[in-house]
Amino acid sequence: MKLRPTLLALVATVMVLPAMAKDVTLLNVSYDPTRELYKAVNTAFAADWKAKHGDNVTIQMSHGGSGKQARAVVDGLPADVVTLALAYDIDAVADRGLLAKDWQTRLPDNASPYTSTIVFLVRKGNPKAIRDWGDLVRDGVQVVTPNPKTSGGARWNFLAAWGYALKLPGGTDDKARTFVKTLFQHVPVLDTGARGATTTFTQRGIGDVLVAWENEALLAKKEAGGDQFDIVIPSITILAEPPVAVVDKNAAERGTREVADAYLKFLYSPQAQDIEARNFYRPRSPDVAAKYAAQFPQVKTFTLAEVFGDWRKAQAKFFADGAIFDQIGPGN
Amino acid sequence: MRRRVLPGFGLSLGFAVTYLGLIVLLPLAALAWKASDVGFAGILKLLASPRTLAALKLSFGGALLAAGINVVVGLMVTWALVRYRFPGRRILDALIDLPFALPTAVAGIALTAIYAPNGWFGRWLVPLGIQVAYTPLGVLLAMVFVGFPFVVRTLQPVLQSLEQDVEDAAESLGATGLQTFLRVVLPTLVPTLLTGFALALARAVGEYGSVIFIAGNIPLRSEIAPLLIVQRLDEFDYATAAALGVVMLAFSLVLLVLVSALQRWTRRWAEQSA
Repeated sequence: MKLRPTLLALVATVMVLPAMAKDVTLLNVSYDPTRELYKAVNTAFAADWKAKHGDNVTIQMSHGGSGKQARAVVDGLPADVVTLALAYDIDAVADRGLLAKDWQTRLPDNASPYTSTIVFLVRKGNPKAIRDWGDLVRDGVQVVTPNPKTSGGARWNFLAAWGYALKLPGGTDDKARTFVKTLFQHVPVLDTGARGATTTFTQRGIGDVLVAWENEALLAKKEAGGDQFDIVIPSITILAEPPVAVVDKNAAERGTREVADAYLKFLYSPQAQDIEARNFYRPRSPDVAAKYAAQFPQVKTFTLAEVFGDWRKAQAKFFADGAIFDQIGPGN
Repeated sequence: MRRRVLPGFGLSLGFAVTYLGLIVLLPLAALAWKASDVGFAGILKLLASPRTLAALKLSFGGALLAAGINVVVGLMVTWALVRYRFPGRRILDALIDLPFALPTAVAGIALTAIYAPNGWFGRWLVPLGIQVAYTPLGVLLAMVFVGFPFVVRTLQPVLQSLEQDVEDAAESLGATGLQTFLRVVLPTLVPTLLTGFALALARAVGEYGSVIFIAGNIPLRSEIAPLLIVQRLDEFDYATAAALGVVMLAFSLVLLVLVSALQRWTRRWAEQSA
């Protein structure tokens, strides 16, 4: 009779095993202003995955400047997915053989499930009457924008200003160059990151206008209580597309490919699109966009591809060592 | 070799060499190896760029000035702490270490918050035309902040062990206060002050975290050399970043060797005058 408890235990184990959930962890390496967004998305995805597959997914986050994060992944941070500020940073990871070079075609919409635009945050009542890009170079206007050499977000700002000048009637590269050069002469502080520039403008009281991602501007306005700042939408601006990708090599090594793929696809689902809109990113889904129409006013945008080709070209032309920004940036 | 009370010379020397090799020399060798991709000509080209020069000038000029300020102020503060008993002395003594303990980014943000045009000090200084935050003056301030404890903490034990009898003797022999200070006290302190100077200098040259928040980071005006390194890293240009690192290291080495030579010279001078 001694055998009986052992047998029972064995039977119990065999019966329980299939029902026991697997524990999976994913590491999502992202950039700075997505903290609030991914906190909400991760909870929703974990619940969704649990309901469909019964497994527990824990998603760990790492946040920092987009370029620094890409470098960390290149140097061995075992990211399963990267969700960065610009495609150039994921290209850099791909260049080191960590994921396929055609990563941007593997998901819809240039692998950017949500977008944003570049807008202006001004002080309440817009005392300097800033309406469009042209107003930023008026005498006595100080502009806060981070350094495009160290901030991925700031590269979108730079390209937005360049594109505006280029698209003016009679606009040429030379005229755009002069405009952007003048613009940077109005920059009193060149922060290294987008959040730093926001702090300089909102907390330190520097400058008359902050050139920022719309999500960052909306967040800053909300954090300040809604009565300190106004958002100004320029006549035309760039469509910022922060991309996402599975890091093939890491996901294969860690056996997380399936979950990682599902996680990124989930970002396009109506549920996640709603979360993204609530966190001030413009959703791709027209239905969700319609629901949040009041938060995201109509804006005329151009894409990076339309005006600059792709990020590799833009990087080489404007931001590489000795390229245009080094020639016309502050200090020149 | 003379027999020591405690044995183990071979063991401790072997350990010291291995440890220094692993902790100090190996990373430096890796740095030099990375920088070799750029080559000597590449380094010269870097040095020829006005932007690199301006950044190096700000980093090293600022650090030298900050270390100088710290030596003067540090001497006064240490003197007060060691020679006088007053209420709150222990608290003041503990406060000195705060710049050691504080994460540098926190220090930078705090300094910026105070000296920004809408900060506690900034709102009074800026109307007077004194801009601290986002100017080279802000860089200097952050460097003074991080280097200060080094001077006080190196000087303190030496000043404590300095017998006051010597000063009394000088006075009884008819020396004035100033003479006593310049000819009796200062010579014995100079080597230590130089150690403090070197430490504060080294700390300020390499400082990134606190300076970056208050600097303004405008090229040719308020951009420090470590920021140039970070920018190169952001371009995935490891070699140039390493080359800049090697340049900074070489400058620091020259400065530290100079300080050390000065120290030896003043020590001899102190011994002669004693």
